[in-house]
Amino acid sequence: MISKAFKTAFPYTIPIMTGYMFLGVAYGFLMNAKGFGIGWTLLASLTVFAGSMQFAGVALLTSLYHPLYALLLTLMINARHLFYGVAMLGKYACTGRMKAFLIFGLVDETFSINCSAEPPEGVSRRLFYFFVTLLNYIYWVSYSVIGAAAGQFIRFDTKGLEFVLTALFVVIFLNQWREQEKHTAAVIGVVSSVLCLMIFGQDHFIIPAMVLIAAALIVFKKRIGAEQRNGGHAYDAD
Amino acid sequence: MTQTEILITIAMMSLGTMVTRFLPFLCFPDNTKAPALVLYLGKALPYSVMGFLVVYCLKGVSVTAYPFAAPEAAAVACVACLHLWLKKPLISIGAGTVIYMTLVQLVFV
Repeated sequence: MISKAFKTAFPYTIPIMTGYMFLGVAYGFLMNAKGFGIGWTLLASLTVFAGSMQFAGVALLTSLYHPLYALLLTLMINARHLFYGVAMLGKYACTGRMKAFLIFGLVDETFSINCSAEPPEGVSRRLFYFFVTLLNYIYWVSYSVIGAAAGQFIRFDTKGLEFVLTALFVVIFLNQWREQEKHTAAVIGVVSSVLCLMIFGQDHFIIPAMVLIAAALIVFKKRIGAEQRNGGHAYDAD
Repeated sequence: MTQTEILITIAMMSLGTMVTRFLPFLCFPDNTKAPALVLYLGKALPYSVMGFLVVYCLKGVSVTAYPFAAPEAAAVACVACLHLWLKKPLISIGAGTVIYMTLVQLVFV
């Protein structure tokens, strides 16, 4: 039962294993270059586990000590996780003792898979969610430590490898698109984000985009409510 | 920064991250009792958020400076076409990434 869930979960995480190779190694390497040893990289990856925030965190660690600012910046960059939580309330409801770990590991990539994948009949959902979360956590921590230890020895030109995560989100987006007859919610997501990116710029668009998405979803509630069907099957790894 | 200050800064980053991840679950420990509006958002959000994530990944791309988002546009188009054609996620993702890496490493340098 456990190995079946693992075998089902693993293929879904292959793009993430690839994408984190670039991001994790780059993070460890950057920390090392700024004078933070493997221990600090390991600690940050184990306890923060949020890719883009950890990159922003390097700047925090190399500037003046200001814990409150560190907290506020983190809340701002990671505010999008609030949406992931709201979206996973139902799916994570009956996961028992694993629930805390699943919530702890709810990064962008894990969310994208667990919110859209439909494990086949006979595979435990909670074990599937667990392995997707655990594997992604292991990838992230391992790669960042490898980057901290050996970043300067890795010669393979990884420029552009991070696109694997963009491609993953594009694929899931398309699967969701095909699954829905009408596309109001998907269009709201893209249009609100692009609009806020243009108005507020890349460093400040996350929260305005979230507010706009939530507001638009509420305004179009009647229309989207009628479109809603069962939300599964959007992403199958093979 | 001293070691203690580094430790506290990392702790703050961890705290901030965990607040954003745990808050919805702490507010609605029993999802059946959550307000109807929250349950509705929970159902509709995955579709909007995936669009947001695509934009989020491409946020640093400039359409006004060289190479005018050409590698990203070409690679996203390849992923989309391959995926609509073959419906094999790992093939679409893998081929799109190889195309993108080739473009940024060899074509638009």
